[in-house]
Amino acid sequence: MEDNRVLEMRGIVKTFPGVKALQNVDFSLNKGEIHALMGENGAGKSTLIKVLTGVYSKDAGTITLEGKGEVAIHSPQDAQKNGISTVYQEITLCPNLTVAENMFIGRGEGKITNWKKMNEEADKLLQSLEIPAKAKQQLSNCSIAVQQMVAIARAVDMDCKVLILDEPTSSLDEQEVEKLFGLMRDLKARGVGIIFVTHFLDQVYEVCDKITVLRDGQLVGEYEIKDLPRVQLVAKMLGKEMDDLSDIKGEGGSYEGADADERVFEASELQSNAGIKPFDFYIKKGEVNGFTGLLGSGRSECVRAIFGADRVLNGTVKMHGKEVKIGKPLDAMKHGIAYLPEDRKGDGIIGDLSVKENIILALQVLTGFFKPFSKAQVNAFAEEYIKKLNIKTASVDTPIKSLSGGNQQKVILARWLLMHPEYLILDEPTRGIDVGTKVDIQKLVLELAKEGMSVTFISSETDEMLRTCSRLVVMRDRKVVGELSGGDLTQNKIMSTIAGDK
Amino acid sequence: MSGSKKNIFGKMNDTSLLLTITIVIFFLMYIGAIVFQGGAFTKPQMFFNILNANAALIITACGMSVVMISGGIDISVGGVVALVSMCCAVYLDYHDGSIIGSILIALGIGIAYGLVQGFLVAYLDIQPFIVSLAGMFFARGMTTIVNTAPFNVADEEFTALKLTRIIIPGMGTTNKKGIYVPAYVEIGVIVALIVVAVLFIALRWTKLGRSFYAVGGNKQSALMLGINVKRTKFLSHMICSVLAGIGGYVYFLHVGSGSASHAMGMEMNAIASSIIGGTMLTGGVGNIIGTLFGVLSLSTIQNIVSSAGLDQAWWTGITIAAMLCIFLLIQSVVMAQKKKALKA
Amino acid sequence: MSKTANKDESFFKKLVGNQLFIPILALLLLAVINLINDPGFFKITLGTNNAGNPVLSGYLVTILDYGSELGILAIGMTLVTAASGGQDISVGATIAIAGSAMLRVLCGGTSRPTELAAPIIVAFLVACVVGMLCGAFNGMLVAVFKIQPMIATLILFTAGRSIAAWINNNELPIVPDPKFAYFGSFIPGIPVPTTVFIVIACIIVIALVLKFTNLGLYTQAVGINENSSRLNGINPTFIKFLSFVILGLCVAVAALIKVSRLSTINYSVIAKDIEMDAILAVALGGNALSGGKFNMWASILGAYVIQFLTTTLYKFNVQSDALAAYKAVVVIVLVVFSAPTVRDYMKQLTKKVAPAKKEVA
Repeated sequence: MEDNRVLEMRGIVKTFPGVKALQNVDFSLNKGEIHALMGENGAGKSTLIKVLTGVYSKDAGTITLEGKGEVAIHSPQDAQKNGISTVYQEITLCPNLTVAENMFIGRGEGKITNWKKMNEEADKLLQSLEIPAKAKQQLSNCSIAVQQMVAIARAVDMDCKVLILDEPTSSLDEQEVEKLFGLMRDLKARGVGIIFVTHFLDQVYEVCDKITVLRDGQLVGEYEIKDLPRVQLVAKMLGKEMDDLSDIKGEGGSYEGADADERVFEASELQSNAGIKPFDFYIKKGEVNGFTGLLGSGRSECVRAIFGADRVLNGTVKMHGKEVKIGKPLDAMKHGIAYLPEDRKGDGIIGDLSVKENIILALQVLTGFFKPFSKAQVNAFAEEYIKKLNIKTASVDTPIKSLSGGNQQKVILARWLLMHPEYLILDEPTRGIDVGTKVDIQKLVLELAKEGMSVTFISSETDEMLRTCSRLVVMRDRKVVGELSGGDLTQNKIMSTIAGDK
Repeated sequence: MSGSKKNIFGKMNDTSLLLTITIVIFFLMYIGAIVFQGGAFTKPQMFFNILNANAALIITACGMSVVMISGGIDISVGGVVALVSMCCAVYLDYHDGSIIGSILIALGIGIAYGLVQGFLVAYLDIQPFIVSLAGMFFARGMTTIVNTAPFNVADEEFTALKLTRIIIPGMGTTNKKGIYVPAYVEIGVIVALIVVAVLFIALRWTKLGRSFYAVGGNKQSALMLGINVKRTKFLSHMICSVLAGIGGYVYFLHVGSGSASHAMGMEMNAIASSIIGGTMLTGGVGNIIGTLFGVLSLSTIQNIVSSAGLDQAWWTGITIAAMLCIFLLIQSVVMAQKKKALKA
Repeated sequence: MSKTANKDESFFKKLVGNQLFIPILALLLLAVINLINDPGFFKITLGTNNAGNPVLSGYLVTILDYGSELGILAIGMTLVTAASGGQDISVGATIAIAGSAMLRVLCGGTSRPTELAAPIIVAFLVACVVGMLCGAFNGMLVAVFKIQPMIATLILFTAGRSIAAWINNNELPIVPDPKFAYFGSFIPGIPVPTTVFIVIACIIVIALVLKFTNLGLYTQAVGINENSSRLNGINPTFIKFLSFVILGLCVAVAALIKVSRLSTINYSVIAKDIEMDAILAVALGGNALSGGKFNMWASILGAYVIQFLTTTLYKFNVQSDALAAYKAVVVIVLVVFSAPTVRDYMKQLTKKVAPAKKEVA
């Protein structure tokens, strides 16, 4: 082990039933280094972090720590004892306690709390880290950024050698991020090794020294920040080399009716309470377009705003050129908009209900409370779409939760297709499902467009988007930063727009 | 105006903010009663009588606060109080038992309840409400099984203890005949004050006390901060049930009888007192001193209601429910205000 | 192992898996206990009552008769449980309120009226409105203000009986018209208790509602996954609110029966502990107390099983006040066995035991 190494992970392997989450991944961290861990969804970042913090046990590989040699970490407590601390995106402190208590509770000897000593120590530490908080302040009275810093202070005080920051900036504004970076640099100067997980490219280039990129559970490589321009970083994350231009251009799924130029849906200055900047958007009849951008760039929030899933703050919305009001999902459904949500388990399936009930739900709600379908009709609908989409289920009465992920997704898709929408929004319809189903869904999208349906397609996989979409709206940091169509639809162009290189 | 208000809301922590509101309201109410109703309220003994009558409630409400602070609830306390008084009464009169024995019975019932309810809630993850609802019905049913008819205890030792009065010097009044009547409290009040003091200290200065707050504030975070959440929850129920046992004995000492209809709705009074005293239903916020003032506020308003000539039984229930509603409202308004102040 | 054994096993699994299995099993168990104790338990005789009307009597008739209020409440409680994942513990108290309001209208505020101050139907409609208002109050606290159902309903649980007493100025008015008593006893010439017809009517109504509206689908969807329901155009707040209002209506019907039985009211005793029985009925019907999927018929059957249990306990000379203790034990046993942690543990245990069995075979 090199002199200034604090952590070395070698040949880490972790498999879940059916998935190789990590395949022989190496990762090393030096003293006083801020090391970015990058990768798209499912790349294995969080699995690696969880192996390191003892949430998951690894199948193979070694973890070596400075001065301790090879260590076995079986629980978050083990990790803490070994000087590995984690600060998560969600604050894992108690909002009702004081700042000082949050820093010291749950550790130390004795049964009595010495408030005076605790407050003094806390104030000293807060001051030395230049955290703008008072020891006696209630934590919930601090801003999110300060709360995050308090969590970091706790970690520092527990003598941590390795500090993991798991997407700490997702809910912070720019100034708060600056404050956090100040603290990170301060810790770096004290020799703490920091692993920084984030989706914001700007931030990586502002504060990090090194980048490790993972993709599909494999190590892509470790790079010095100065050796890796943004475009290349994006390319490595998405798995496309710069000169790889052999993209499959969309085989065309374009609708060729006379009214092909009609704008089915149009929004201007649309903004929701989910933290996206106001954006303009339109889609034509029979068009397939998409929102692209890295995770956290606000693509889901945009389509949620269109569907009325988040509270719409302002902006106007038109259907076929006529201004309409979409305040809640039912409004959108009445205007023929369907939305397949990103979080299948949390927002999509109704786990305990049967496949057929899940299929008819949207159309049933649209038909009305007092007009339930007959049993025969429900079965007919369900059978039709099970056949059409080739859904593998024991029967129409099977609870949806016992189906595989891909089949669950198909059921949700069936639910919306049954509604015969004019405009279908698919948010990550292919995430976490098998390749066969992925291809099925892409084919289906193109077929639907040919029949005149407008589709917005969101996917983390750029080649999927290129294969299906004829126009892409590019997002970065919760803002629409560009629109690509025609000849601009190439991996390179997308990547450079995402990266924001001029 | 709004500027200074924002500052106050922003700076104070939740616990002391709600506590201040409660104490202010209590004093306003008591002063209002003295000004508008005069009479009995001007005599110190009126205040001591409120204490005498509510010593048991103070004790059970304190236990309730501990459970509520750690994010649970226990509605079996009224039933436990009734069960304890009946068991002790039967033991003293029918089995010629001793005072010590009866106290042990009270504690035993409390501990048994704490063990079972705490285990079910903390280790089997069953909703505390369902568990304690069943606990309440079990206690009420058991009380009638132990003895159906209500009866007064005649045991001499016990009667002597029951009639023991602790004189408060200098607070007495002279009655119409010119005889000095000293002010007094019963033994139960002393027990209640000890419980309040011990719990106040425990919640503020012991690690266990602080972990009640942590668990109530955010269970997941508490776990991440290295607190044994299950054990903490278990102990909160244990404390509540044991205090219900002690409260039961104090209640028994005050009324001197056993009856299945004793302490009807006491769980509600205890919950209401805690909420009025600034304990949040959602957990994590609360103060034992607040609970004490909660009980006092509640009984003061009951006294006002009854001395205003509205002494029909139903007013008690309606007033408590109304006060509970109002304070729930105040809590949500204040907290919303605070959030706003923080954002601005 | 032969194939038939496997077939038997799957048949057995299906039988056990059915939601009606637990209540029916409990019913059979109780029936057997009673059969052993006293075969006369099942005897039904046709006699005449004091008024000279032909009436059926016997323990089974008593169960059908006195289980009525519970059966009706189980309907509403099932919906509330499914939609909100919690229970309404104020039903007993709100029965007192609705009943008291009914008496107030019938007797016009005097305690010993000589004739009805208003037609029975008007009084019943007033009770319905009052019951639904109570439900709306609870529903608002739960659905809009997001207070846990049991805490929210605790307010009316405490205040309810007092409010009921206040409505009639703490008097106990007696309804002068004997026709009013028909609802809780017998209509002259018909030997079957009227309550049985009322329950059948309620069951028909709820069956029609479930068949001709989407109430069942919406309620279950909201109870299982609120987010997802919202994204499918359902308004979860309204559905939860609605479930409490429907329970309020059930409460009003139950109040009609309760008050009619005595032609008067006793504020502190009427429908005492009935909330416990109603919750128990829902749980016994195999419905998860944490909400989601429900089976209405299993709940109603559960209600009659509870009444069967009550009657059996009476037969064994258990006092009415002590009943609660026995039922509390039943609740705890049910809840413990349906707790996820216990279920997981049992699964592990059966897994461990299963291979051992194979070796033996």
